[in-house]
Parts: sequence; C-alpha cells; structure tokens
Amino acid sequence: MLELRSVDAGYGSFQALFDVNLDVKAGEAVGVIGPNGAGKTTLMRVISGLIRPSRGSIRMEGVDVVATPAHRIVSLGIAHVPENRRLFPQLSVDDNLKMGAFMKEARGTYAKRLDFVFELFPRLKERRHQMAGTMSGGEQQMCAIGRALMSNPKLLLLDEPSAGLAPVVVQQVFELVKRIRASGLTVLIVEQNVQQVLHVVDRAYLIEAGTIRSSGTAAEMLASDTVKEAYLGV
Amino acid sequence: MQAFLDIFDIYLLEAVINGILLGGVLALLALGLNLIFGVIDVTWICYAELVMIGMYAMYFMVQYYGLSYFIAAPFTILLVALLGALLHYLVIAPLLTAPPINQLLATGGVLFVLQSFATVAFGIDFRNLGIRLPVLAFGDMNFSYARLLSFLAALVGMVAVYLFMTRTFTGTAIRAISQDRQIMALMGVDTKRMYIITSALGGGLAGLAACLLVLQYDVHPFVGLSFGPITFLICVLGGLGNFIGGFIAAFVFAEIISLGGLFSDLEWGYVLAFAFFIVMMFIRPAGLLARRR
Ligand SMILES: Nc1ncnc2c1ncn2[C@@H]1O[C@H](COP(=O)(O)OP(=O)(O)OP(=O)(O)O)[C@@H](O)[C@H]1O
Ligand SMILES: [Mg+2]
Repeated sequence: MLELRSVDAGYGSFQALFDVNLDVKAGEAVGVIGPNGAGKTTLMRVISGLIRPSRGSIRMEGVDVVATPAHRIVSLGIAHVPENRRLFPQLSVDDNLKMGAFMKEARGTYAKRLDFVFELFPRLKERRHQMAGTMSGGEQQMCAIGRALMSNPKLLLLDEPSAGLAPVVVQQVFELVKRIRASGLTVLIVEQNVQQVLHVVDRAYLIEAGTIRSSGTAAEMLASDTVKEAYLGV
Repeated sequence: MQAFLDIFDIYLLEAVINGILLGGVLALLALGLNLIFGVIDVTWICYAELVMIGMYAMYFMVQYYGLSYFIAAPFTILLVALLGALLHYLVIAPLLTAPPINQLLATGGVLFVLQSFATVAFGIDFRNLGIRLPVLAFGDMNFSYARLLSFLAALVGMVAVYLFMTRTFTGTAIRAISQDRQIMALMGVDTKRMYIITSALGGGLAGLAACLLVLQYDVHPFVGLSFGPITFLICVLGGLGNFIGGFIAAFVFAEIISLGGLFSDLEWGYVLAFAFFIVMMFIRPAGLLARRR
C-alpha cells in the first residue's frame, strides 16, 4: 500500500532521515520504534507531506506522494495523527472533527463518519460542545484520532498516541488500535512503549539516528538482542 | 410612553442611541480588519482606503451612471472583495514570511498609492450621493434614517459572517488556521486558498461599510483618514484579532464619541475617545478581553 524508497529528508541543511526504505501492506499494522531524536516523527511527516523528501520516492497505492500537493495527500487515504495531538484548542470537539472531514470527498459522508467516530468514542459525543483544549489528555487523544478517522482514511499514521497518558489510558489506546485495525484500516504507529506496541503490530522497524537499523515481525523484534537490550530493559 | 421618556434627559438618550447606531458601522469595520489580522496575521494599514474606493464606486454608479442604490451596493461589495483578494495576492502573499515591519510598510505604501490614485483620477472635490434620507422623529428625538439603515445592514453583515464562520467547513477552517497553521495540510486545507477567501471576505466587509458610510459622508480621497485610525484603535482596544473584543470596543468608542459630542463638539468626542484609548492601553495593554496574568 505504502512504499518508501531511498528517502532522505530533513530540516533546512539538517538531514534527519538517511536512505529510508519502508513498506506497509494493506491490512497490516506496522510499528516504528527508536530512541528520542531518531527521526520517527520526521518519517511520519515526510509521508503525510508536512515536509518533503530531498531524495527518494514515496508511493501510496502506486500514486506518487511526492508529486502530490501536501493538502491533497489526505485525499489519497493517508490520515496523520501528529505528535502531541495538535488539536485546535479553541475549537469545540465538533469543529475539530469537522476539520477532519474538510476535504470534498469526505464532506458527503460527514454525518455517517461522525456517527462512526461517536460510536468508537462515546465520550466525545458527551463532550462535543467543549473546547478541545480543555479536555483531559486521554480525551484529547481520542479527539485527535477521531479527527483523523473523519477523512475515511485507508492508512492511519499514529505518532506516539500513548505519550503523556496514565497507564490505564495507555492500555485503552492500545485496545483502540486493535479495534481500528479490526475495522480494516492499515496502521503505521510510532511508539515509545516498545513492549506494548510489539504486541499490537504485525511487523516493526527500528530506526536510529535517521537510518533503519533493523526490521522484522513483531515476534522477531521482541526476541532480537538489540531491541531487548536497548528498549525492553532485559 | 411620554412619561417614561421624561424621566431621562431626552438629549442624553438620543446621544446614547446615536452612539449605538454609530457603533454598528464601527463594529463592521473592526470585524473586517480583525478577520485579516486574526487569520493571516498581517495588518492592512490601507483598510480604510479600500472603503474609500468603495465609496467612489458607489458615487459613480449611483450619480454618474444612474444605477439605483440597491443595485450598486452588491457590485461595490464584490468590487472591494476582489480588491481585497488582489491586495493579498499581489502584496501580502509574497511577504508572508517577511518581518511584520515590511508588511506594514507594504500595506502603508498601498495606502498612499490608493490615495494618490483617487486624487489623480477623481480630484479632491467632496462628492456625495445626493440621496437625502428623511429624519425619523420619535417623541422629541430625531434619528436619521441613514444611520438606522446603516446600523441594521451592519448587523445583518456581521450575523452573516458569524454564520459563515461557525456553520460552514470553510469558515471553520478559517477559524482553525490561526490556532495551528502548520497542520492545516493534514486536514486537506490549502492555506493559500483560505487566505485569499479571507481577504475577499475582509474586502467585502469594507465594501459593505463603504455602501453604508456613503449615505452619511461625502467622498474624497482622504476620507479614509476620518475612520481608519479609529478602526485601528478599536481593534487594538478589543485585542487585535479578537472578534468579540472588537465588537464591544466599537460600541464603547461609539458611545464615548457620541456622548462626548453631546457635551461639546463632535471633535471633542474623538479627543475623549483617544484619551480613553491611551488610558486603557496602560490598564489593559493586551486589549479589553485579554486574560489577566
Ligand atoms: N522542525 C525542526 N527543525 C529542525 N530540526 C528538527 C525539527 N524537528 C525535528 N528536528 C530534528 O530532527 C531529528 C529527528 O527528530 P524527530 O522529531 O523526527 O525525532 P523522533 O524520533 O520523533 O523523537 P521523539 O521520540 O523525541 O519524538 C532531531 O535531531 C531533531 O532535533
Ligand atoms: Mg517524535
């Protein structure tokens, strides 16, 4: 579904990704793990078009993502839940969700998508008129995911959805990822909770200092010495 | 009814009501400027000059070509909306990432260009529509129809903007932009296009204000100076980019001007309003509605 080939990317003269190759097949859940500053967020940004690669190609279902204007990439079926959620704090929950359905293709099914999201997160329905910025961290994460789902995506990019949440809520987030997968969505997820994410995804990539260090099935990664020593603390 | 009115000083009441009527048009002007500032983060120093061009458009369509006022008005609104979009496209867009001072200088330059253009093209004569609307007598008080009409039209304009901003996808996106510019692309929003739409909307509001002001004031190339500065004071007092703050500040200013004019001349009303502004800037530098820290 998604394929990255020899992608370099960075900020100005600073290069943050080096020769990245990555594949996500339809229906898969794929994890991306690695230390702080490794380039995980940069990887997500380059896929959704927030930054453009300086080299390499990105294809979504065969369509050239690099040649697509940034604001049209969501129409290819890629929805990005950014790091730190990035809700519009002074818009209501309803308006935040509405923004997720902004593109022409999604407006027609707006009411249907809203029902779907409210079914997934009954909590959001209760809070629909509340300013997004005044909700709890967990509620905000639900809203951010809900907003992304409003565009009826095929591929969901999740950048550290469990960051800053209490352990119980983290558990709920991973449950949610499972449910989203079950509904047929393809997921690419960045996580610091390595142990937990490896129990949710099919495959994972380990990224360090902007390069893919290793990759494999979740079971292989859990058993790998590098991953064990550096991230699982065993 | 008469007994009720007798309780008040009739002139005081008349001044208060006239202040409210003036406040409507000032609020409309402030809304346009605030919209541009809040969404695009630039200040159109030449905002009142767009209004001036609109007033000339009305003058020529009504006086010269004999169109009826109500047919000329929509054309004027469209014309100034187009000017707003052009202003953004030609002047602001290339300077979006430039330091604010450069943007101020550029729109300041447009101000002089528009004033000079009007002087060369239309001369410095004072012109008016030649429409004299009757005066409405209410008890012992007199209100001009022009003011009443302006107030109502300004209210309708503001309600329309409110509905657009809250009910439509595009309006919601325009409100969202100022809260997080960078991620708008993730929502499928083309920020450039939104800026053009916002600029056209701001221009359209200036056009509507032009249609209303031309009922009460003569047009000349420097007419922008008589309400441009007050519009800026209102926006700053309300907190730049704060729609509600601007709305309230417009009525506060209008009352000061109107009541100040009651006790002496109208000019003194303006002086009082300016003095009030300076005092407020010391008390609430970030605007009326800014949260205290
Ligand atoms: N906007 C930016 N401008 C300049 N450099 C940046 C910017 N964003 C990230 N970087 C740099 O790019 C590198 C990769 O950052 P990135 O945010 O992708 O890391 P990450 O793996 O997501 O880290 P974390 O786990 O802390 O979120 C870092 O060295 C960072 O300092
Ligand atoms: Mg990150």
